[in-house]
Amino acid sequence: MAKTVGFSAKGGSVTGAMRQFLKQLLEKKLVAAVLVPLELPSKENVVQSLVTQAEVLDAADPLAPVLPVTTANIISKITRLASSQKKVAVVARSCELRALIELIKLKQASLDNIILIGVDCFGTYSVVDYKQFGKGTQAPGDQFMKGIKAGKADPRLREACQICEYPYPLVADITVGLIGSDFDKELLLLANTPAGEQVVGSLGLPEAKAEGRQAAIDRLVAERVKRRDEVFEQTLAETKGLERLTSVFAPCIGCHNCRDMCPVCYCRECVFDSQTFAFEADKYLDWASKKGALRVPTDTLLFHLTRLNHMGTSCVGCGLCQQACPNDVPVFRIFRLVASRVQPLFSYVPGRSVDEPLPLTTFKEAEFQKVGFE
Amino acid sequence: MSDEKKDGFEPTIVGYLCNWCTYAAADVAGSSRLQYPHNIRAIRVMCSGSVDPLYILRALFSGADAVLVSGCRPGDCHYVSGNYKERRRMIVLKTILDTLGLESDRVWLRWVGASEVPKFAATMNEITEEVKKLGPNPIGSAWSV
Repeated sequence: MAKTVGFSAKGGSVTGAMRQFLKQLLEKKLVAAVLVPLELPSKENVVQSLVTQAEVLDAADPLAPVLPVTTANIISKITRLASSQKKVAVVARSCELRALIELIKLKQASLDNIILIGVDCFGTYSVVDYKQFGKGTQAPGDQFMKGIKAGKADPRLREACQICEYPYPLVADITVGLIGSDFDKELLLLANTPAGEQVVGSLGLPEAKAEGRQAAIDRLVAERVKRRDEVFEQTLAETKGLERLTSVFAPCIGCHNCRDMCPVCYCRECVFDSQTFAFEADKYLDWASKKGALRVPTDTLLFHLTRLNHMGTSCVGCGLCQQACPNDVPVFRIFRLVASRVQPLFSYVPGRSVDEPLPLTTFKEAEFQKVGFE
Repeated sequence: MSDEKKDGFEPTIVGYLCNWCTYAAADVAGSSRLQYPHNIRAIRVMCSGSVDPLYILRALFSGADAVLVSGCRPGDCHYVSGNYKERRRMIVLKTILDTLGLESDRVWLRWVGASEVPKFAATMNEITEEVKKLGPNPIGSAWSV
């Protein structure tokens, strides 16, 4: 079973306890660097940073409720060419870790010498909302967690977070257990792997029990699933059918921001940016004369449908596509809805395990056997 | 054509046919003067597993009334497992179309071996008849998509 230890939160500050914990990793030379969000002095945003000096971690705020970019992409960027021989601790939320696992399976990132520290996540605000929230506060992470402790519904949470069924890390060496715990008194560290146990064991902390954690997770997940199903219903009502889809995607300007921010959309050159989609004028005129008119930019719905086919099985529901859309096209809602139908076909949960193959790279002989013979 | 429909609608069906089986069957059907509907526009591909859903969607968006992907029977793939992988892609594509309320019955997957010449003709007849019942593909004529 997982080894669990408690890290006392002095002065009731969970962020303070996180900082002390991360500092010890550097001070005890357990890792060479920590990748963690740092508060900007203005508190208007956080930026993920690779920290090598312990005192810089006084600005660390992994609980600040904002996700400007996903750590999955950062790890991919850092490890794609070659991993380091030195150990790096990575502090990330569940959706970031899940996306990272997908990228590893897509051979876009490596976990060599990476210690994953997964933090229970109560959700994040949009970057714009966070700016407002952070500006007026000294310790945004603590402030947010106080609200969570009080149990108030927070309408500023992004919809992606409100309907996320994975508030806890699925894959991590160490889980920072916040759900159902008295995090303002004690920070729970759950070691899930031998590497995690080694780190946690080196801190000399007293054993602790994560009592009530599972029950609290179940309650939180049940709430979110309920909300999720409501969103699915609404999305179906608003988007189903060619006519509705056409108007839902009408504001799409083909900027492809959703693709660029998607943590698992990984192709260096997207087919939509390639010569495959470069046509001569006569081709456009040909299409226009067939249909009487041709909407330009062309292929906006085709783009989204193609992305659904390519990425739907790996969508982790982080909602960054939505955050990136300049025109509020409900890309996230549609992806999440479609993913909820596609992923169960293969009993696949993206980011659940490095060992489960990506559904579209594998097959079973004895499945869908009627297909092709009907 | 002998089986011209009363309303005169002749669907355009794009067929991505595997070089090693269905395309060969189509070839033999032609040279042995076996009749099958002219609605199919055959495109030879090296494997059914090489057909990305994008090619299928592109055909539908460009005015095809239906798209057929036809490959080797399960277990017979020239490249061992291309057809099994295509089967998964097609299931995903159809599920997506169904979820969004688009017509998934315009997308067809069939296994037709190189020697199954009569089956090829029968399959083409079947698809043509079914697509005639569906009528023209609305996506193909909508300027706004």
